[in-house]
Amino acid sequence: MIQVTNEVIRPEAVIDGLRRSIHGSVVTFMGTVRRYTEDREVHYLDYEAYPEMAEEQMGAIAEEVRGRDEIEDVAIVHRVGRLGVGETSLIVAVASLHRREGFDACLYTVERIKELVPIWKKEVWAQGEVWVKSEGA
Amino acid sequence: MGQRTIDMELDDGATVGDAVAEVVRRYPAFSPDPARVVVAVNREYVNHNHPLANGDEAAFIPPVSGG
Repeated sequence: MIQVTNEVIRPEAVIDGLRRSIHGSVVTFMGTVRRYTEDREVHYLDYEAYPEMAEEQMGAIAEEVRGRDEIEDVAIVHRVGRLGVGETSLIVAVASLHRREGFDACLYTVERIKELVPIWKKEVWAQGEVWVKSEGA
Repeated sequence: MGQRTIDMELDDGATVGDAVAEVVRRYPAFSPDPARVVVAVNREYVNHNHPLANGDEAAFIPPVSGG
């Protein structure tokens, strides 16, 4: 499953959608909205995407990771719109034969998403708002 | 810029870099460092030498991060 969505992310549906025939491990990562950035208390985040390109890029990353040894399937779902503290913005699920390859592939997938997928977030707190700079910029 | 899309007429043989320059000409606040603007054409990342054809969709990707 590769998707940019406005809906609440349901982890179980994403995990159930993984191809399951040979793997012995599923590693998942969920990104959630944190309450504090530095000393500011976040009210909510607004996520915006270039959705067609975001899905294509997510699909290309998943395809690349599926090509690794021991990796059977990769699912990526990113939510956009307004998210409150504690809500899930991103889930990555990796099915692999063994745990080590799964953890490595999951971290790699998340890093590639941050790097390549055109989705942006604006932090809104009591006294203002700011678009969050990418780590590479 | 206050709008999601703009239409642009460029000379034959124009590149992505020319499109960025045209946007900066119209909207000087667009980027303090035009050479570093990240661009995707038809949903693939390209460099500024990439040639543009009629009907191409060029997207300027802001230097901010989701996840």
